[in-house]
Amino acid sequence: MTKQQELIPHLFRTEYRKIVAVLCRHFGFDHIETAEDIAGDTFLAASETWGLNGVPPNPTAWLYHVAKNKAKNYVQRHAIFEHKIMPELRSTAPVSYQAELDLSPQNINDSQLQMMFAICHPALAPEAQIGLALRILCGFGIEEIADAFLTSKETINKRLYRAKEKLRQEKIKIELPDVPEIDDRLEAVLTTIYLLFNEGYYSISHNKTLRKELCLEAMRLCYMLVETKATNKPQVNALLSLMCFQASRFEARQNESGEHILYQDQDTSLWDADLIRRGEYFLNCSASGDKISKYHLEAAIAYWHTQKEDTQEKWENILQYYNQLLQLEYSPIAALNRTYALSKVNSKEEAIIEAEKLKLTDNHFYFTLLGELYTGIDNEKAKLNFQEALSLAKTQTDKQAIQKKIAGL
Amino acid sequence: MKEFLFVFRTDYQAIPKDSPEEMQAMTQKWQDWIGGIAAQNKLVETGKRLSFDGKVVRPNGVITDGPYTEIKESMGGYMFIKVESIEEAVELAQGCPILTVGGNVEIREIDVM
Repeated sequence: MTKQQELIPHLFRTEYRKIVAVLCRHFGFDHIETAEDIAGDTFLAASETWGLNGVPPNPTAWLYHVAKNKAKNYVQRHAIFEHKIMPELRSTAPVSYQAELDLSPQNINDSQLQMMFAICHPALAPEAQIGLALRILCGFGIEEIADAFLTSKETINKRLYRAKEKLRQEKIKIELPDVPEIDDRLEAVLTTIYLLFNEGYYSISHNKTLRKELCLEAMRLCYMLVETKATNKPQVNALLSLMCFQASRFEARQNESGEHILYQDQDTSLWDADLIRRGEYFLNCSASGDKISKYHLEAAIAYWHTQKEDTQEKWENILQYYNQLLQLEYSPIAALNRTYALSKVNSKEEAIIEAEKLKLTDNHFYFTLLGELYTGIDNEKAKLNFQEALSLAKTQTDKQAIQKKIAGL
Repeated sequence: MKEFLFVFRTDYQAIPKDSPEEMQAMTQKWQDWIGGIAAQNKLVETGKRLSFDGKVVRPNGVITDGPYTEIKESMGGYMFIKVESIEEAVELAQGCPILTVGGNVEIREIDVM
């Protein structure tokens, strides 16, 4: 009985998204709720039937069989409704009458990839994309999504409802984009995957297992792109490499009580050597073509961070990659990290001059950096900067980290 | 915010041909300077590097090889920045590594018409 209790959630996580993706592609986004209902009903039927009659020999095949029948029944009922009651609907919402639902591995894979491109359509707000990705591409429950975003189930339901409406309004098709536009669309997909990863990596939700799963899901989606010829591009490998390197520190960057541990204070024996090796592998795979993406640069920086020794070479490389990253795309955090690297390569004094030019006075990391740089040079100024940072910090973990710095002066 | 063009000029012929290590060090100086401007979110775009070869076309079918046969300082590169004033642009240009090899930076405001 316990085995079965674990089996259904497990299958739900791996199979729900496949069934939904295939059903959506079969029916189109006009019937996305139907696709979710059919997939949900299939699992409901499994929990009832398997509880009474025991688990079938091949549970996945059983699920697919039931999903196929439910889809067929739906089409038949829907056909009667449409023919007899609302014939005018047919012209506006054509239902595919293809009899059998194709749940072959090939079609499952194609459907999921196409869904990925559809959900990461630039017409949708990033928040909506991540919500839909978690629900439809990753098979997360509404409660889990709410937990990850630290919000209520109602908010998530509303957000998903609006996102689905938008998919219909924009008439977004479930298909792979044509070759000329695949790079542009791929960029949007990668952005969403990276946001999903960061949602897990930097989330302040206390549910550590859930946060790690978000990261792993983002990596799984990226891996699907790497496995597909049309989307196995250098920048995709670079993003996967970056996520492997980041995830390698997942266990080391938090203590038992959920407190954040700064990079320089981490127990390096907790770094995941296997993920680091995979990161290196995908970084090598990304080294082709003539374009350098921000993911290449971020992965290269992350690679140097996996080097435990604090060498001149390490920080020189990190500084140069940040210089290049900032030329591609400005971000306050990259500007601050670049200045930190500069202090490691040249001197704290030079970095202070550069840091004060940044003028990011609404950012608590800016004052934390200044506090860090002034430490040992002018501790009074260091303290003033840390205090300023403390007054701007929003989360408890950030405040704790800053208080520790002040105490350590 | 105003946009400005930086034009880098120097007598490229006169620059001593450095060892690869020295050239690498020079590249890093340029990168550190540009990175510093980008970190302040004042970079619009780095221009492409210009090759030393070129031709100049003049009236009456006169074509000469390369601009540096007649002027000592030739244009080696350019970039666009965004700052509040020309004074700020001047301040940024002070850090340009070209000044250390006898070159100069010409600053021109971009006319927004």
